[in-house]
Amino acid sequence: MSEKPMPETTWDADEFGWFGGEGAWGGRFMPEALVAALEELTVAYNEAMADPEFVKAFEDSLVDYANVPSPLYEAKHLSEQYGVRILLKREDLNHTGAHKIRNVLGQALLTKRMGKTRVIAETGAGQHGVASATAAAYFGLDCTVYMGAVDTRRQALNVARMELLGAKVIAVESGSATLKDAINEALRDWVASVDHTAYLFGTAAGPHPFPSMVRDFTRGIGDEARAQCLAKYGVLPDAIAACVGGGSNAIGLFTAFLDDADTAIYGFEAGGDGVETGRHAATIVAGGSGVLHGARTYVLQDDDGQTIESHSISAGLDYPGVGPQHAWLAASGRATYEAVTDAEAMKAFQHLARTEGIIPAIESSHALAGALRLAPKLAAEKGKDAILLINLSGRGDKDMGTALDYFNLGEPTGETA
Amino acid sequence: MSTVLNTTGRAFEKARAENRAALIGYLPAGFPDLQGSIDAIKVMVEHGCDIIEIGLPYTDPVLDGPTIQAAAQQALDNGIRTKQVLEVVEAVAAFGAPTLVMTYWGPVERYGVEKFAADLAAAGGAGLITPDITPDFGQEWIAAADKHGLDKVFLVAPSSTDERIAMTTAAARGFVYAAAVMGVTGKTAANIDIVAPLVARTKATTTTPVGVGIGVSNGQQAAEIAAHADAVIVGSAFVKTLLEAPDRETGLRNLAALTEDLAAGVRRG
Ligand SMILES: Cc1ncc(COP(=O)(O)O)c(C=O)c1O
Repeated sequence: MSEKPMPETTWDADEFGWFGGEGAWGGRFMPEALVAALEELTVAYNEAMADPEFVKAFEDSLVDYANVPSPLYEAKHLSEQYGVRILLKREDLNHTGAHKIRNVLGQALLTKRMGKTRVIAETGAGQHGVASATAAAYFGLDCTVYMGAVDTRRQALNVARMELLGAKVIAVESGSATLKDAINEALRDWVASVDHTAYLFGTAAGPHPFPSMVRDFTRGIGDEARAQCLAKYGVLPDAIAACVGGGSNAIGLFTAFLDDADTAIYGFEAGGDGVETGRHAATIVAGGSGVLHGARTYVLQDDDGQTIESHSISAGLDYPGVGPQHAWLAASGRATYEAVTDAEAMKAFQHLARTEGIIPAIESSHALAGALRLAPKLAAEKGKDAILLINLSGRGDKDMGTALDYFNLGEPTGETA
Repeated sequence: MSTVLNTTGRAFEKARAENRAALIGYLPAGFPDLQGSIDAIKVMVEHGCDIIEIGLPYTDPVLDGPTIQAAAQQALDNGIRTKQVLEVVEAVAAFGAPTLVMTYWGPVERYGVEKFAADLAAAGGAGLITPDITPDFGQEWIAAADKHGLDKVFLVAPSSTDERIAMTTAAARGFVYAAAVMGVTGKTAANIDIVAPLVARTKATTTTPVGVGIGVSNGQQAAEIAAHADAVIVGSAFVKTLLEAPDRETGLRNLAALTEDLAAGVRRG
């Protein structure tokens, strides 16, 4: 595994998309047919970000349309229970119900600027698909969303939302029929349609420039949270936490804090049935260096480099790869990644609903469960004023079907709990 | 150019001497099963394939359409992994046609790039075709290939800029793979109006032979393309023939007929 020394000045990728130095993490392992489009996108993206008008249009769309900045909410009941201040970054309150809208508004605006008329997207939990369908409707773009067939079943509500918004949803049956295979199909579509189609990539993985671009469009999460925390408490958080599938909400939160050495950074991956069972999606915790979907990163793979199918109760984390910047943050030691099982996540899901009246996405419940595991240690070390900031990346409406099965809900007993 | 037996250079010299394009045939290793793939490729060589591409079955073949993906999955389900692919290379190279491996990058990286090159060379393989490695991200492979005298076949596409084509051909050895369609294998038919300019743009930068693949499935198309290119590459059509045959024997008979049709095509072009 490449474990190169940390470069002195930046956590950014170099111009070829390498994080942590040439050849380490990231890069662009892609068919030549798509390279022209990726280069065009890189140039267009760099120009757009240097253009104050584009940046303003992006920020305006976030504020006026997406309901951003999202609040930083102190979860008082949880804080009392755990003996530290627990702050929730309420990305679940964004329009469409997740952090994904930030990325999509940026990429859709860029699509318009590049003069393309159609967008494709892949989605796991469906929140990126819903966000893409929403942005497509908003900007008048044609939209096709690829989704693993397994995910279309467990996130049926989101399939219906996408259809209502005018998107075409294609169920992918190949492989594990989850996010990994949806990405494969979206890439196949893109090879054939790249002249008029933009690929709105939904997470901070994939070939350069996607990991950097998705990070930059979602980094508002951390920029806002950092400023909100300082304004309200006069200090930075002691620890921050987010769930990690491909890693967009996590890198969105982490970026603002990377140079704050006193803020510990935690990413929580999907531990499924438990990492030791082999049925999980804990890519950094249990994977190794490999190449998947255009980047060198941590991958769940067998001894021959064949991708191993991941498992998670959470469709949005059910992915055997991870964004290359996370690989670099893990290898360099700047961030710590741990696994949270399905059972732990579902317990946290229910706990937040009952203590704070907030039903989080099952993805976000992984962040919550992991953070609550840390809380006693933080309380012991730093006392009750210690701040633990958790990204609540999305809301749980989409997961009610899963919750219904898991907790046997929906059959009122007439008794009070 | 090398005169060593079994190099692609020698196959191209032979075709050139006969004033025709070469025929390159692709099949995934281990499809329909280990011995089945060796038997099938033997038929392809005996009936007119000059060069063989052996696909390394991979879980995430993003540049392949449903036909090749299904075949690769069948091979994976049969337990075919890198070691067996090298066994197929060794068996097939003995039939006399230069044999390359077409592979996505993940498995090579996992095996170890240098070790893969060494073992491929030891098995009698001629080189690699790398659909998801371009020369600008392939330094490790280029170094290993150079060390072991292996062909480095990189792809150019209709969307490639002239600058990228020049960069790619400068790094290529054996031949340059021109992707005839913007799309995945086995879905869209090659269109000569897109192929011809791409081949011309490629040839303007190199004397290395240019092979055209993706979207070629019959002798008629092969003839049309052979008029412009040094080689015609066929994959999905071979795979489809085997997938659709009611039994092994019929499959091999149909494979022989298809190979002959294509071989006649490259001789008409
Ligand atoms: C609410 C929510 N959180 C997190 C994720 C995981 O994605 P990422 O790791 O890119 O943040 C998803 C993906 O669908 C999601 O819907």
